[in-house]
Amino acid sequence: MIAHADLEAELPYLQRYALAQLRDRDAANDIVQETVLAALESGDSFSGKSSLRTWLTSILRFKLIDRLRRKGKEVLFESLEDETDDSDFDGLFSKDGHWQDKIKAWSGPEESLMSRQFWEVFERCSEVMPRRTAMAFVMREVMGLEIAEICNNLDVTATNCSVLLYRARMSLRECFEIRWTGEAKA
Amino acid sequence: MKINCRQASRLISQGLDQPLNQWQYVRLRVHLWMCGNCRQFSHQLQLLQQAARKAGRGE
Repeated sequence: MIAHADLEAELPYLQRYALAQLRDRDAANDIVQETVLAALESGDSFSGKSSLRTWLTSILRFKLIDRLRRKGKEVLFESLEDETDDSDFDGLFSKDGHWQDKIKAWSGPEESLMSRQFWEVFERCSEVMPRRTAMAFVMREVMGLEIAEICNNLDVTATNCSVLLYRARMSLRECFEIRWTGEAKA
Repeated sequence: MKINCRQASRLISQGLDQPLNQWQYVRLRVHLWMCGNCRQFSHQLQLLQQAARKAGRGE
């Protein structure tokens, strides 16, 4: 049996995880509820070999991907063309494709610090990211899915998938940079 | 044929997801030898990847 208090303690983490993918608080809460109910129903299958969080996350991941497969494609998307055009980043490069500004080393951001701040930065940054772009990033980097699976879930070509991930990384890198250096770039 | 930083930045991102072909790999390597900005960029994308993976595992 899983102690309810232990389950409850994992709720904030699960909500963040779901929110990163769904970007809708109600939808995120719904799916977290489903996850917790599924966990309680199949509590016996929790062996205690993995941590409770890992086990809950695996259920949540399954539900998120399943939801995307079922209804994602209809609710999701802006035009793919807008999302796979990387001209947003023109300002970062000169005409001949060099970096416009020097890329400064991030002083401070130890990896552990970055991962602790990850959700917070991601939440803020992904608000301005097109949906599919943010989802591709979550599936790739947070869930650790392979490209083929992401393409399939989002119904895009491998090339477009690469562009989505590139865009997401470029945006997030800038968000972290602003965070670390305390100065925004135009 | 050499690549510029913009092209390099795309290959750096792509290389985090799948193996680059030999053409891409060699050109990116050579570019990175020469370009401190892109080395820094590459390092930052790796940090970002590790941070996201850790966050995803709940660490």
